[in-house]
Formats: sequence, structure tokens, C-alpha cells
Amino acid sequence: MSTTTGDKASGAAPQTGADGGRPRAWATWALLAAAAAIAALPLLIGAGAHLEEPFSGADAQAEETVEEIAPSYEPWFSPLYEAPSAEIESGLFALQAAVGAGIIGYTLGVLRTRRKLRSGAPAASPAPDGNGPAPGTS
Amino acid sequence: MHIAEGFLPPAQAAAWTAAAAPFVIHGVYSLTRAVRADPEAKLLLGASGAFCFVLSALKIPSVTGSSSHPTGVGLGAVLFRPPVMAALGTVTLLFQALLLAHGGLTTLGANVFSMAVVGPWAGYAAYRLVRALASRLPEQTSLGAGVFAAAFTASLSTYTITSLQLALAFPDAAGGVAGAFVKFATIFSITQIPLSVVEGLVTVVIVRLLSTVGRDQLLRLGVLRGRTADGDGGTGGADASDTAGRPQEPTIDRTPDGEATA
Repeated sequence: MSTTTGDKASGAAPQTGADGGRPRAWATWALLAAAAAIAALPLLIGAGAHLEEPFSGADAQAEETVEEIAPSYEPWFSPLYEAPSAEIESGLFALQAAVGAGIIGYTLGVLRTRRKLRSGAPAASPAPDGNGPAPGTS
Repeated sequence: MHIAEGFLPPAQAAAWTAAAAPFVIHGVYSLTRAVRADPEAKLLLGASGAFCFVLSALKIPSVTGSSSHPTGVGLGAVLFRPPVMAALGTVTLLFQALLLAHGGLTTLGANVFSMAVVGPWAGYAAYRLVRALASRLPEQTSLGAGVFAAAFTASLSTYTITSLQLALAFPDAAGGVAGAFVKFATIFSITQIPLSVVEGLVTVVIVRLLSTVGRDQLLRLGVLRGRTADGDGGTGGADASDTAGRPQEPTIDRTPDGEATA
């Protein structure tokens, strides 16, 4: 019995959940949409409209609160390098995100290709004992 | 959650650095050991660090009218356990301290402690808890719930620790440390609640993608539990098919019955 379920799994059958199959694409899209909606909601309802400076950074607000609580406190060290303008700073933030996203995309690409190559080659021959994948058990 | 450069008194900055240092050293050690044990893990280790890089660069608006950023440390904590994230999170924070003037070298220890130590551990604890509670559910649902809990908790606990660090450094004249904590937590933690939900959802999406294309890797890391037929019962299943195949195998056929049973 276990062999038959194993064969079905490797045969790329569109498994649905019950026995821990692959995630369903529509649910993944729904999760992404929910994340986007939550991120956009504050802008849509105008959550920052009543503020002088809407959607300012929490880090900067904390600095202001420090100055409120301890007006005499002087930061005793300043950043070694500070971006000369907001544009350049946002560029560096974009660079940070781009490097990260690039690596994630590379990883997903490599894994996908690897899986395709693997499922293309051995799926035909070693179905009986390939069921318990050799690299996994060793 | 970045405490700005110079915004902690020297003694406290030094104390947080001392508190964070052993975790980071242990993290680097765990990282090298993980790579040596399984060179293929490099790929997902890179992705975990990269995820932290991306998310902590994104400023997202919150219903409080301010904006802040997720941490992205939950993913690596789930995939590779928290120590590794102490190292990877420090890389992210160092990049931001040096190039973006976000956080700083003097406050690096405090920021590492909140985002790269407490966050991953709290997230990992939440992951284990939810996985244990949801073990009866289908694997993808259970994994999703666990990952969501991990990312949400990691993000929120990071910002709560930051609030605590600032409150300890700058007690309120009237309310003391507790009063200051409420002030800072109002800025950080409340803002962070919807962002933590976003971070949780996005982390679940990444894990779903990984469990589609990198199923073997996640199974090997023990993040994705194989169905009982694949995992624990896998040996049993293999035995069953072996017995079916045995009659065809000459060696076994030739052995006398007495030896076969013995």
C-alpha cells in the first residue's frame, strides 16, 4: 500500500492536503493577497492623515521619545557613514532588498531545476526501491 | 527596531554587546558546522539570510500611522534552528549600521540581541509549540500554522525587546522603567502587530514555495514531516516491498529454511 501512495506522489499527482501533500497554489496566492491587503490597508483608510508627518519611521519616533524623556541626553557616537540624501539612502535600501530577493530567486530556481532533472531521470526506472529515496535514507 | 547610533549609554551598550557576543560566536560556529555537515544546506542558508535582508529593508505602513519593517528572522530559525540566525541577522544589522546609518556600531550588540537572538528563539519556541498542538492537522496546514506563529512571534518579540532596552536606558521621570516601556512599546510593538501578521503570511508563502520545489531539502531538515508512509513507516513500507521481492532473489531462495528463520 505504501508503494502505491509513494508512486502517486512521485508521479506528480495533484495531491490535496489530507495526507500532507503539496501546497495548493490558490491558497498561496490568497496568503500573498492577504499580506498585501494588510500592508495597504493603513494607506487606504488614511491612518496617518491626522498626523503632521504621516507614516514616519518607528525608529525615528523612538529617537524623539528618548529626547522627550531625557532632553539632556547627547548621543555619544555618530554613524561612520551617513547617506548624503534620502534618495541615496533609498537606493541603498533598494540594493539591500534586491540582493536578498536575487538570492531567494536563485535558490528557488536551482531547487526547481534540480527537482525537474531528478524527476525526469530516475522516475522511469527505480520506482520499486526508489520509493524510499536513497539520499534521504543515507 | 534599530536603536540609533549612540542612543544607548556606553555602559549599557557594552553590556548588550557582551550579552549578544556569545550567541553570535556560537551562531557562526553553528553556521560553519551546518555547511560542513551538509554542503547542500548552503543554498537554503543563503536564502534564509537573504530573506532577512529583504524583509528588513522594507518599510511597511501600519494602522498606527507610522511605519516600520519586518525582521525576517523567523524563516531561518525554523529551517536551521535559532543559533544560525544569530550569525545571519548580525550580517544584516551590520550592513544597515555601516551603509544605511540604521542602527549603529555602538548599539549593534543591543540590536543583535533583540533581532538575532531573542527574535529567532521566541519564534522557534512558538513554532515548536504550534507544531505540537497542530500535529493532527494535515501537514501543510500544521506547517503553515507553525511557520506563521514563528515569524509573527519573532517579529513582535524583537520589537518588544527593543522597547525594553530603551526603557532600561531611559526610564520615564514619572513612570520609571515601566512607564518608559509603555511609551516605547506603543511606538514599536503596537505598530508591529499588523506588520508581524504580514511577515507571518509572507514567510508562510516562502515555506510553501520551498516545500513545493525543495521538498527533499525540507524533509532532510526535518521541517517538513514526511507522511508516515514516507518517514517512520518508510522502513516498514520498504520491508513490505522487500518481502514481496524476496522470492525473486536467488540468495534468499537458496538459504535453508532453518537459517532464514534464525
